Amino acid sequence: MLAFIFKRLLQSVVVMLTVALIAFALFRYVGDPINNMVGQDTTLEERAELKERLGLNDPFIIQFYRFVRDASVGEFGLSYQHRRPVKELIAERLPATLELALVSAILALAIGIPMGVYTALKRYGFLSRTFMTISLVGVSLPTFLIGILLILFFGVILRWLPTFGRGDIVEIGWWTSGFLTASGLKSLIMPSITLALFQMTLIMRLVRAEMLEVLRADFIKFARARGLPTRAVHFRHALKNTLVPVITITGLQLGSIIAFAIITESVFQWPGMGLLFIQAIGEVDIPVMAAYLVLIAFFFVVINMVVDILYFVVDPRLRVDKALVNGQ
Amino acid sequence: MTENKNPITLLDYFGQMRDSDLWFSFTRSPVIVASACVTLLYLIVTIFAPLIAPHDPFDLASIDLLDASLPPVWMDDGELRFILGTDDQGRDILSTIIYGSRISLFVGFASVIFSLILGVGLGLISGYVGGRLDAFIMRVADVQLSFPAILIALLVDGLARTLLPREHHDEVALYVLVFAIGISGWVQYARTVRGQTLVEKGKEYVQAARVIGIRKWTILLRHILPNVTGPVLVIATIHLAIAIITEATLSFLGVGVPPTTPSLGTLIRIGNDFLFSGEWWITIFPGIALVLLVLAVNLLGDWLRDALNPKLR
Repeated sequence: MLAFIFKRLLQSVVVMLTVALIAFALFRYVGDPINNMVGQDTTLEERAELKERLGLNDPFIIQFYRFVRDASVGEFGLSYQHRRPVKELIAERLPATLELALVSAILALAIGIPMGVYTALKRYGFLSRTFMTISLVGVSLPTFLIGILLILFFGVILRWLPTFGRGDIVEIGWWTSGFLTASGLKSLIMPSITLALFQMTLIMRLVRAEMLEVLRADFIKFARARGLPTRAVHFRHALKNTLVPVITITGLQLGSIIAFAIITESVFQWPGMGLLFIQAIGEVDIPVMAAYLVLIAFFFVVINMVVDILYFVVDPRLRVDKALVNGQ
Repeated sequence: MTENKNPITLLDYFGQMRDSDLWFSFTRSPVIVASACVTLLYLIVTIFAPLIAPHDPFDLASIDLLDASLPPVWMDDGELRFILGTDDQGRDILSTIIYGSRISLFVGFASVIFSLILGVGLGLISGYVGGRLDAFIMRVADVQLSFPAILIALLVDGLARTLLPREHHDEVALYVLVFAIGISGWVQYARTVRGQTLVEKGKEYVQAARVIGIRKWTILLRHILPNVTGPVLVIATIHLAIAIITEATLSFLGVGVPPTTPSLGTLIRIGNDFLFSGEWWITIFPGIALVLLVLAVNLLGDWLRDALNPKLR
């Protein structure tokens, strides 16, 4: 167990260092860092002096070490475009993305799980077939197109909902929230549905598949034979056993919600980190790109590690499997 | 797979196909036949785009700004010349969709082929050679699999764009995109092929080949490769749908193909600006074209997976 966690930790560190190396290479080798700092009229001597002072003549390893040290406390320098510390920019955008991701995750779970259970129990019902067809269309419908369709119907034609931005936000310390105002909540509706839809179809299909599998198991037959009410069999026995893999997948999906937020934020001009990143690519704003790269990698590595370890703790069968996989 | 002594003629080949289980299950489902027809239609129309499209949307001489922003033919100001209406520059929407699908399909196929070659190659090597190399390739695959493919494509694309000089962006954007989407999708191929290779490796025919002294590479390419193609075909079909969506998404975000050669995603991006002024057809028709294509390919992929899965027969 400890060996497994240690190995997993080591792997995460390697991944983070690789990502940091890519981010560092971006900084160091794309364009001239000095050029980005000084004006046209700086003399060559001043440039050379600045280069020496900033340590840009030091060996690669030392520079990389310095980069990792600064990055680990969130220091990525000034944004070329905004002329402000990247740390500040990200801290400003973080609440918007996290609130959007949270609402979407809750939506996806709250609708996806019941739909999955229903389609598994009433396999050939009309409503089940409709759900399944819709889910197939949902998989084929790119996220941005869902957003555009929603904007067209509810924003342009019906004029019910705002089509961009976060609405009025309330500042709570350094956090900004759209939960507390009517316009903030209204602005959340369309982006969160857009972001949730894909995850929802995924969760629904997963719950359905798992549930069908579990319903075939012997202990369900036995429970039925004992004369337990169908309700109890379905919800107490079957659903409970379905939820372990569902929780794992949902944990992993949390990462992809944050990643897919890039698309949703672009469609709705939602002032989050994803929009910041997309704009940074367009403007070749390397400090912002590097910071986002490292941050998102960090999110994923942490989520994956936690899920892996939890899985390991929850499911004893996995320990045997892992040993087999590693030992083959 | 048995080797035929007589060369197979095309007719024999079709005869064999008609007798197969695959063909039987194909003809049984009208939805699948329809999807196949739609996919085929897209292929034919996009390959012969210059002959089929009613206008050449990129020929500046034939575009007239007076035709700008015309609605589809069934609406009040619609004209018969432009069945689905025109965009803000007077380009025929139907024609831009046809040319756009061409770019989308090109990027889709090219990146699938790129992923396939990379993934199958690495999978074969990983499975057959084993040892440290195998462990390394599979660790990289594990790590990559923990990130969503679309994020990887976006990051690779973004990085590649930053690394390339600005002047050359438009020329190479298409290939950068193919590379980015291709690199984001190799893992599935590699994992499946590795697993299959491990199974095939232990079978008698491979051992026999090894005993009579056939070289490693010949065994891999001539003996093992043909036996792992089934699952690869399934992955490739489903991957095609994903690749098309990824391309459209990146182009929509403005980091995909350049506006000079718009794909379906670029068209939707351009049209998105006119949504609020009521010109919905500039966005919605390319959107429908995209969904139809992806849905057809997805359905084909789903069917192929089930049809080739012996457990489900």
